[in-house]
Amino acid sequence: MSVAPAKALRTFALNGEGVQCAFAPNKTLLEVLREDLGLTGTKHGCEMGHCGACCVLIDDRPVLACLVLAIEVNDRPIRTVEGLAKDGRLHPVQEAFAQCGAAQCGYCTPGFLMTAAAIVEQNNRLGEADIRAAIAGNLCRCTGYTKIIEAIALASDRMHEAQPGG
Amino acid sequence: MLRLPPFVYKPAESVDHAVALLNRHGGDCLPVAGGTDLYANMKQRLFTPKVVVGLSSIAPLRYIAYNELTGLTMGALATISQIAASDVVRRYYPALAQAAAAISTPQLRNMGTIGGNVCVDTRCNYYNQNLDWRQALGFCMKKDGEICRVAPSSPKCVAVNSSDTAPVLQAFGGMVHLAGPSGQRDVSVGDFYLADGINAWARRPDEIVTAISLPPPGPFARSAYRKLRLRHSFDFPILGVAAVLHLDEEGVCVAARIVLNAIASRPLEARAAAQRLVGSKLEPEALDAAAEAAYALGKPLDNTSGSIPYRKRMIRVFTRRTLADIAGQATAL
Repeated sequence: MSVAPAKALRTFALNGEGVQCAFAPNKTLLEVLREDLGLTGTKHGCEMGHCGACCVLIDDRPVLACLVLAIEVNDRPIRTVEGLAKDGRLHPVQEAFAQCGAAQCGYCTPGFLMTAAAIVEQNNRLGEADIRAAIAGNLCRCTGYTKIIEAIALASDRMHEAQPGG
Repeated sequence: MLRLPPFVYKPAESVDHAVALLNRHGGDCLPVAGGTDLYANMKQRLFTPKVVVGLSSIAPLRYIAYNELTGLTMGALATISQIAASDVVRRYYPALAQAAAAISTPQLRNMGTIGGNVCVDTRCNYYNQNLDWRQALGFCMKKDGEICRVAPSSPKCVAVNSSDTAPVLQAFGGMVHLAGPSGQRDVSVGDFYLADGINAWARRPDEIVTAISLPPPGPFARSAYRKLRLRHSFDFPILGVAAVLHLDEEGVCVAARIVLNAIASRPLEARAAAQRLVGSKLEPEALDAAAEAAYALGKPLDNTSGSIPYRKRMIRVFTRRTLADIAGQATAL
């Protein structure tokens, strides 16, 4: 029998807070978030990089937590769906998804929200082609893409209306 | 949950440190950069290394540099997103920007690196499956088995090179820069890939790719890449066509390289097809002749999605379209 490698102890910059956690070195960020930190908003779908359900932001860029080794994250800031709402107020993409009915079963929604949050925060007002390209790594098996695209466009419009010069 | 097998993770502090770690741990050790290929394959138990050497901590390898005398140099850790968005890549090497933008998904392009894409594992319907699937059918020679499931009489594995950037880098005449225990060495992209689905790269197990470089494109270079896949996202190529043409001031083609991918274990240079273009002004007849010659060269096997006749026919169609993209590019640099 081989001996399991020692656990790694790391402090993550998770949703704006320092969070300490000990975990096995072969665990993915998805496993650590869900199993060791109890943050089950990030979903596990295919776990092979083929679906986008586990999308989180590292350094504000969308990545797939199922193929990120937790130990490799180091001190780069991580954002998950639990960190989108601030001070009891939903993030504009959450508001827009709710308003447009951009979810059916909801399993893909956290991954879509994270991808959407990154693009609406980092770009000026988005056109449909930009949105379609940006969500090309998120699958929705209820085929709700039309409302998802509408919701992201609405969030983008609202965010950039509110900011002068945006 | 589909979990990674247990291993010890060693982050490399420098290129020398990475090479020393690979050398020390020998055959039980694999290097990883973005992890998008290796970790997925490890989950399917295609690799079960005892030690994984993390390269992502070697910050100096994350760069893209362009100089009009020396050309383009990409550190091995430059991400696929960075390359797709790079102004110099888009301007001077448009086929490379197109290939990078066509790789898998936005999320995976943020994670994956150019060094990783150059070394991406060869793929096959009988190999890229989980352990239960492979065990139930019987293993193949690329992992744990004796014979090739696609071509049982083949002495060699026929898994296909599935890198989108490889054919483009080869068409531009690029170089792969490697570091190993005895120092650095450079291998042309054409020589980096070997005609064997298992031993598909000239990289030795204790070497790492440090950079990929392309020569200056020259004043009248044009390039394009086209990718065939079933979905416009996620999928690996089931055919890639890269073309780089050099024109003179009159618009006459003076040199050409066409490289096909995802139909053999290495990118295939279609020399006869390129030859049909030299001396032409890219008239439709010349493009047709080149597409026909590329079609004659490609011999896909039944190891990716898409039937053999379909993929074979698409070589002609996609070569023709790639060359039409180039003929339609109005201005030189």
